[in-house]
Amino acid sequence: MTDTTLHRSLPDRLDNPLKSAVLSWESLLVLVAVAIFILNSFASPYFLNAWSLSDLTFNFTEKALIALAMALLIISGEIDLSVAAIIALASTMMGLALQYGADTPTLVAVGIGVGILCGAFNGFLVTGLKLPSIVVTIGTMSLFRGIAFIILGDQSFKGYPPSFSWFGQGYVWWVISFELVLFLVCALIYWVLLHRTVFGRRIFAIGNNDVAAQFSGVRVDRIKFILFCLTGLMSGIAAVLLTARLGSTRPSIAEGFELEAITMVVLGGVSILGGAGSILGVVLAALIVGLVTFGLGLLNVPGIVMTIFTGSLLIVVIALPILFRMWRQRA
Amino acid sequence: MNRLLKHREIFLALAILLVLVLVTARFPRFAQPGNLLTIFNDTSILMMLALGQMAVILTRSIDLSMAANLALTGMIVAMTNAAFPGVPIPLLMAMCVVIGAGLGAFNGILVWKLNIPPIVVTLGTLTIFRGLVFVISGGAWVNAAQMSADFIGLQRAVFLGLPVLSWFAIATALVFWVVMTRTPLGRSLYAIGVNPTASVYTGINVGRTKFYAFVISGAVAGLCGYLWVSRYVIASVEVAGGYELTIIAACVIGGVSIAGGIGSVAGVLLGAIFLGVINNALPVINISPFWQMAISGTAILLAVVLNARGERRKGRIILKKAEAT
Repeated sequence: MTDTTLHRSLPDRLDNPLKSAVLSWESLLVLVAVAIFILNSFASPYFLNAWSLSDLTFNFTEKALIALAMALLIISGEIDLSVAAIIALASTMMGLALQYGADTPTLVAVGIGVGILCGAFNGFLVTGLKLPSIVVTIGTMSLFRGIAFIILGDQSFKGYPPSFSWFGQGYVWWVISFELVLFLVCALIYWVLLHRTVFGRRIFAIGNNDVAAQFSGVRVDRIKFILFCLTGLMSGIAAVLLTARLGSTRPSIAEGFELEAITMVVLGGVSILGGAGSILGVVLAALIVGLVTFGLGLLNVPGIVMTIFTGSLLIVVIALPILFRMWRQRA
Repeated sequence: MNRLLKHREIFLALAILLVLVLVTARFPRFAQPGNLLTIFNDTSILMMLALGQMAVILTRSIDLSMAANLALTGMIVAMTNAAFPGVPIPLLMAMCVVIGAGLGAFNGILVWKLNIPPIVVTLGTLTIFRGLVFVISGGAWVNAAQMSADFIGLQRAVFLGLPVLSWFAIATALVFWVVMTRTPLGRSLYAIGVNPTASVYTGINVGRTKFYAFVISGAVAGLCGYLWVSRYVIASVEVAGGYELTIIAACVIGGVSIAGGIGSVAGVLLGAIFLGVINNALPVINISPFWQMAISGTAILLAVVLNARGERRKGRIILKKAEAT
């Protein structure tokens, strides 16, 4: 497949910028998002309402926050399947801190701190011991959630203070929730980081050819380690938001989040093989996943059936361009 | 010590023996033959699934949809049995294998013809298959009262001192051993994992062989759908939720390299038995079952570290991404 090899090299504005912008993955995602939005507003009379649309954002912000960091990690050629387990462990530790009378700032610090530590542990195993990230994070996934189960068993932590709940339930202005604002700010930061800094270019370089990157003076292991820490950090933040929103911690919290976050990343046009992708795509994909699940929810479709839609969306959106290319080559 | 590490099977067998000795030291009844056979029987389904997964992982792919495939086929066969109790069990089992293989073939086609990375394909089909369980069942359960006596009883029947379920695992292991070591298909699974490009030059159709691997894992998952449902006498949406990772864990502990090309039937069997022994030992030594998850996580991590030490023998690969990808 010389085709994919070419696709994965780094072209620097070889095409007409306008033409490539119109034909890009992101514009396809915009079209899909608009189509689903219109379908939704026809399908349910409750959809086009400021408060409904605000509720919609709670559907995807926590997973999308993780997807931002996961995108960078996948572009660099690694993956982290343990993010949901990190949420579980961070949330459990916050609950534990609460039992010792921690106040809101301490709770947030514990959640984020545990997240970073877990990410650093993953990063150490992958870069320090040179282990494949997919197996490492399958292992730490069991380990992190396992620790949450050891601490909590079949119990749960409750009784978070109202000032803490604000992170998951509060509004900054009118219908604009804190979660949404935080997500938009993070998306902007990650966009700058990936597309406008040396660090971001190095991530692409590593994803395309980590040996060549190493020989060009890029500290491959250090960057990968930082990316694992970032993914842990975002999982910690997501743990704070989710715990605050639900108001309780169970060891089974956030089950399946890792698959949804990865779906957002891949749907957003990030190559699962590494080396290609954009933050804008990931944000749009998060919006699409949110729109689909929320719209189906308004139509009283059970959650488990929605997963059929997200799963099919993932495969169809990836398969269509490939089928199109094959069809064109044959014609 | 290094030679021991290279022989993963011996190392694992010693580790299992060590756990047995430690537990038996305090609870002598643990190592009684009857209990050991119970553990083996408990682990049978995991062993079969892990063998199917191995066929896929050997080709540098991964099948995350096995547990969902199992749940879907299990639900279909349980509903069929509830609706038509007269259908003979062998026919139902054949149906399971065919449906499972069909679901696996769907994965395989996407990997083979469209070149979509296996992890993406099976991530998608994992959610689709499990969602379909809900759609066909309407969220309802099929319970013991609705299943026929034969449906539940077949795998519990004792044949030559062992339950039929254990014989299924033994037969599957034998078939896998023959296929993996004695047939062109088995050898090409290994060849693809070791060096896809060289495999192309030796005349192996890489895509089609991966397709076969997915059909194999699907067929095994389908058969296990019947075995699981009839063993736990319940078919529901949640059946085997999250079990895909336990399957992969058994493979990794058994020495299968996630980078492809390395792994043996004996290793995988021991990997599954290791997890089975741990799970059965915990309640005996009075450790809460909530420890189980963290312990298997630690076991996976240790196994990966050991695997990595055994695998540092890769030669230089020139033209890494040529025709084979």
